[in-house]
Amino acid sequence: MINLFFISTEIFLSLSILFLLLIGVFKKNSESFIYNFSCIILLVGLAININLNPQFPVDLFNNSYKIDYFTTLIKSVILISAFLVMLCSLNYVKQNDILKIEYPILILSSILGMLVMVSSNDLIVFYVGLELQSLALYVLAAFKRDNILSSESGLKYFILSALSSGLLLYGCSLIYGFSSSTNFDLIYQNSESIEYGIIFGIVFVLVGLAFKITAVPFHMWAPDVYDGSPTSVTVIFAILPKIAALTVFINFLYGPFLEMFDQWQAVIIFLSIGSMVFGAVAAIGQKKLKRLIAYSSISHMGFALAGLSVGTNEGIQNSIIYLIIYLIMNIAFFCCLFMLKRENQYFDKVEDLSGLSKNHPLLSLSMMIILFSLAGIPPLAGFFAKFYIFTAVIEQSMYFLAIVGLLSTVIAAFYYIRLIKVMYFDEQREKYDLNHSIGLKMILVVSSTIILIYFINPNIINNFVSNITII
Amino acid sequence: MNFPIISSLILLPSIGALFLFFINSKNITGIKYVSLFVSIINFLISIYLWLIFDQSSYEFQFVESRVWIKDFINYKVGVDGISILFIILTTFITPLCILSVNSSIKNRLKEFLIAILLMETLMIGVFCSLDLVIFYLFFEGGLIPMFLIIGIWGGERRVYSAFKFFLFTLLGSVLMLIAVISIYWIAGTTDVEELYKLGIDPKYQNLLWLAFFSSFAVKTPMWPVHTWLPDAHVEAPTAGSVLLAAILLKMAGYGFIRFSIGLFPVASEYFVPFIFVISLIAIIYTSLVALMQDDMKKLIAYSSVAHMGFVTLGLFTFTQQGVEGGIFQMISHGIVSAALFFSVGVVYDRTHSRRINDYGGLVSVMPKYSILLMVFVLGSLGLPGTTGFIGEFLILMGTFKKSFLVAVIASLGVILGAAYMLWLYKRVVFGELTNQKLLKLIDLNKVELSILTLLALSIIFFGFYPDPFSNTYSVSVENFLNEYNDKLNSYNLQNQ
Repeated sequence: MINLFFISTEIFLSLSILFLLLIGVFKKNSESFIYNFSCIILLVGLAININLNPQFPVDLFNNSYKIDYFTTLIKSVILISAFLVMLCSLNYVKQNDILKIEYPILILSSILGMLVMVSSNDLIVFYVGLELQSLALYVLAAFKRDNILSSESGLKYFILSALSSGLLLYGCSLIYGFSSSTNFDLIYQNSESIEYGIIFGIVFVLVGLAFKITAVPFHMWAPDVYDGSPTSVTVIFAILPKIAALTVFINFLYGPFLEMFDQWQAVIIFLSIGSMVFGAVAAIGQKKLKRLIAYSSISHMGFALAGLSVGTNEGIQNSIIYLIIYLIMNIAFFCCLFMLKRENQYFDKVEDLSGLSKNHPLLSLSMMIILFSLAGIPPLAGFFAKFYIFTAVIEQSMYFLAIVGLLSTVIAAFYYIRLIKVMYFDEQREKYDLNHSIGLKMILVVSSTIILIYFINPNIINNFVSNITII
Repeated sequence: MNFPIISSLILLPSIGALFLFFINSKNITGIKYVSLFVSIINFLISIYLWLIFDQSSYEFQFVESRVWIKDFINYKVGVDGISILFIILTTFITPLCILSVNSSIKNRLKEFLIAILLMETLMIGVFCSLDLVIFYLFFEGGLIPMFLIIGIWGGERRVYSAFKFFLFTLLGSVLMLIAVISIYWIAGTTDVEELYKLGIDPKYQNLLWLAFFSSFAVKTPMWPVHTWLPDAHVEAPTAGSVLLAAILLKMAGYGFIRFSIGLFPVASEYFVPFIFVISLIAIIYTSLVALMQDDMKKLIAYSSVAHMGFVTLGLFTFTQQGVEGGIFQMISHGIVSAALFFSVGVVYDRTHSRRINDYGGLVSVMPKYSILLMVFVLGSLGLPGTTGFIGEFLILMGTFKKSFLVAVIASLGVILGAAYMLWLYKRVVFGELTNQKLLKLIDLNKVELSILTLLALSIIFFGFYPDPFSNTYSVSVENFLNEYNDKLNSYNLQNQ
């Protein structure tokens, strides 16, 4: 029974999903109700999750599932951001005719998958969580089914993701074969001597995970899928699976394979440098904002991975701070995208921002803050995110990684300030609508304020993270 | 703890900017008066700071320190005899910039003044931060408002110039960020005072010095990374050019004193020949380039590069005269170049042309303007009796002690400086009035007259009576050089 008590967040979510499905089936025109209700469910889930926060780590179901401060924190972050994402995309979903009963239910099931992933302490549990998350996301990507781009992106995501899942599963089987267990703790005990089979297994699993967080060279799907999916789904892609997958990176690498740090460090450094540089260079030529943010998120994942490649608690903590700041910036960025609409038509090209500052001074002001922060210019939050990462990187004297990373921020700065140029220096166009929902406005204002004034007291976010000890 | 006077100096302009944000942008007079009021109050506070500043002590004064990022970085600010002068320069130039917007800025006045006030906060912050990370924050933060000032209110090629400015400076400073973090791991702190006491292991110093140099060289700007400056100057609006020339360039010169030389004495000594060579190239080469310019702002921009070449030359002589001269030259150049850019702005607002060939014979239509411009030109070329003379003279004296040849070549730069400035003056002010448009020009209005007169008076006054400045910094410079020599000697002893 105690086992069940500690996973009551997951149980609550599963029951709510079933309940919502039943309502959807038996009650007509209940889409809006289900959407709003699932927002509330996320909040309740959050409350349950925070309430559960155990004093010391808890291992459940024969050590295949674990709850500690770290997982609770990450789960809370996932639940909060899912809530914010659903809140800010409400109008978009309504106006683009994708508000079906399945839509919020699919989001909830992918969230459930993520929660399982985050807590998993066993290869099989982890794989089940990953697939639950991915399957829901395949459908969401193709949710606008009469739109060719959306169907294409769903199919593309499905095929490539299935391939990567296959590799991942193969990696899991190799690890099982050479360490004769699927449990992270047992693998740790059994794999004292370094065997090539296990290293191969680790690499295959990392490939699968790198695919989920769009690290180079497994990023090819991201721009097309980001661009093709409805914006309300793109924002989910840009934030939620990355948090979950990066957490699994941490649990997986620093759990069973901590002793093999020297073996996998090079892989992570390679992924990190590739993502930082490629993301910065490839975004320069983009004409669509969603493609641009796809490349930008590739580059940001590179920075988060740089923190993981260090092999210290500080590195991990700083990666998580990076992730939190990244998700605040991204939610704010997508809020701006949701505001670029005229008569129920949404715009997502760079040129649509032209002269925005004349017609919409406040919107373009917050957009500017977000973009400078994404570029990592002090004193905005994005700078601190990078600063912490590089502090951890340089502590281990990894100067090459630090220099490449910082030079790639200079390249990346170019396309961010190009957007600012378009907004502030170019000719103005027609006005956009002003009738946005209160929730959308609130989220934009609050998140850009956080980005702006984070420097006054950085400890507020850092304190959450400073308790995390993985190693 | 006493009243946090430095923090209030830093914060006041930002608070003013926040206040402006909530004023209706149609209320133009209100906006102007609020920003002017705030900047003048800030100037008065800084003067008060100067008055109560103890000139006989080389210690950092009015130091404030509080925890900022837990177990990592403290917010620490304070002033010594060197930095206080730059703070006064900043608070003195900013109100003048705000006064000058009357005629030059036509649209989005509110945003412009907010940017200027934010700039002031960041610039003051640079000059009084006593922690490397805090310094970096202020130093880099200046990019955002300056990028917008050039890009939104600039001339025709503003986009190109704004991008060039932004990317050049950012590229330079990311290496400094790596150096700052490395120092934290090498020495265990980023507190400048502590670092002065601890010293940094000489085996790391050369690389760290180069990383800091990459940032300061771009910002100074030194040859060959000076190319952003002419573009940025030409396209920026008058107030932007003034801020850029008068204060932003000084942040790097100040950085050389406070960080490059102060923290890495061994490396600084090692790189002296390198600095001398590129300073000389900057002085001679950019003076020659300045001679050939047909755009007034470009000419002054190149002259700035040459003058900053003198500054780096003086600082790296490590003699009392040289360093004092470098500091004085920075203050002097801050006033003179501000005045010159204001003067160009005055005629540009009337004719919308910066080409020297479009002018000529201004003396007959704008006599007051011509007289004041004369003072600034003479100040820039270093005529005895102006501030420019004292700076250049001290620098050359210091350089003679170190190397005869370098001093001789640098003196050539003084002659070239006289050549291009006087030729500029001749072509603009004297000669026949050929351009018919110029006949309609009106002489200076009250605001312009008061800005330019104030600057001219300070150039002449401090040219004859530099004691208020030199008294302030002499003790600090003396101690600074003593510490420098001590560290160098102990290093040499160890190696013998």
